Amino acid sequence: MPARIVVLGGGVGGTLAANLLARRLGRDARVTVVDPTGMHVYQPGFLYAALGKANGRWLARDERTLLRDDVELIVEAATRVEAEQGVVRLGHGGSLAWDYLVLATGARLLLDQVPGLVEGAHEFYSLEGALRLREALRSFGGGRVLVGVAGIPYKCPPAPVEFTLMLDQYLRKRGVRDKSELTLLSPLNRAFTIEPASKLVQPLMEARGIGLETFFNVESVDPAAGTVSSLEGDKAAYDLLVLVPPHAGQAVVEASGLGDAGGWVPTDRTTLQHLRHERVFALGDATDLPISKSGSTAHFEAPVIASRIASLVRGTAPKVNYGGRVMCFLETGDGKATALRFDYEHPPVPPAPSRVWHAAKWAFNRLYWETVPQGRIPDNPLPRRTR
Amino acid sequence: MTEMTVDRVIDARGMACPGPLMSLIGAIRQAQVGQVLEVWSTDAGSATDIPAWVAKARHELVEVADHADHTRFVVRKAR
Repeated sequence: MPARIVVLGGGVGGTLAANLLARRLGRDARVTVVDPTGMHVYQPGFLYAALGKANGRWLARDERTLLRDDVELIVEAATRVEAEQGVVRLGHGGSLAWDYLVLATGARLLLDQVPGLVEGAHEFYSLEGALRLREALRSFGGGRVLVGVAGIPYKCPPAPVEFTLMLDQYLRKRGVRDKSELTLLSPLNRAFTIEPASKLVQPLMEARGIGLETFFNVESVDPAAGTVSSLEGDKAAYDLLVLVPPHAGQAVVEASGLGDAGGWVPTDRTTLQHLRHERVFALGDATDLPISKSGSTAHFEAPVIASRIASLVRGTAPKVNYGGRVMCFLETGDGKATALRFDYEHPPVPPAPSRVWHAAKWAFNRLYWETVPQGRIPDNPLPRRTR
Repeated sequence: MTEMTVDRVIDARGMACPGPLMSLIGAIRQAQVGQVLEVWSTDAGSATDIPAWVAKARHELVEVADHADHTRFVVRKAR
């Protein structure tokens, strides 16, 4: 009897893991993806959508078109996992039995967790949020603009810096930059968590007259007063406020008792197995690993999970470990970008911002659909320069 | 030093991004007042970054201890 493998979630990690498992195991497995919408969304595009550089049409595709024919797709919410019994309960009343389960459920946004955020702030972490922000920016006539972070962990740690630098360029193009004050509210004591990257970014911010408030972790928003307060005890006034909303793991993880207090899955940093259930694996945004929540992370984790499950199905010892590999771009505005490549053993050494990396990012944005979900990006597309 | 229960350990060794301090801030946001969190870091910057934030946010840095391959920071959520 073929092994029954169920993947919850049709994002980057879930789609790639399912395709790789079906390819590796052939008739030895039946691979099923369960996704509540059946649509695959390219979330890195939200940043561009908010700034009028992308439209909703190229940001989402039918998940079926990204899956191999031999992968089954169930378009339904998973409501509960019974890990001991090896069963997933589905929203329309049915259930699925599994031998191996992959939690690729991603993160959800909890906008109402921060008082005043829904009424007072914009966000670009959902497609509708990005498009709403785009329209607000089109009619923005100048004023105090604040960009900040209202919850940790959040997806794509460089995004607030990228957004700020690209917004500066956008406002200049629209001719309202000289009527605006632009400030990044950083949760840390520098613009960005990776110090060498921060050293590239901060001089750019200074040169462009972008303010930097440090140790400002947003706690609440007062829309009537037009102010935002930090948990460190500071306050700032805004005319336009853009916040990264609080994130949490998905409800199905919580409802199944598989997550921690934030709904994140307790995951082994090398095997990507659930810490309490050896036949359950997790990847991407769903895990509790203190590592970037990004498509890139999921992209590098999926082959590890596929290889490990394939070994278990075939009765051999799993050999492949996740080494903490992440690769992402950091847009610095004015058509330039840098790149961050690192793993558990090698800290990032970002190159000076250049048009080449921006072009690479832009090409990746367009080539994504034909390459990443299918596993067509070679495992090491950009060999690391050793230090 | 008196015995103390650590409510949560964050193993941020080798994790450049979001990094040990960002992970600590996230965990403090989630924790209850009085709970104790422990962060393991291999990042040299943590030695200044973590105490600076803990002081600014008015929490309590209970202990900093160097181990063979990492530094351990113990922080109590004070408010």
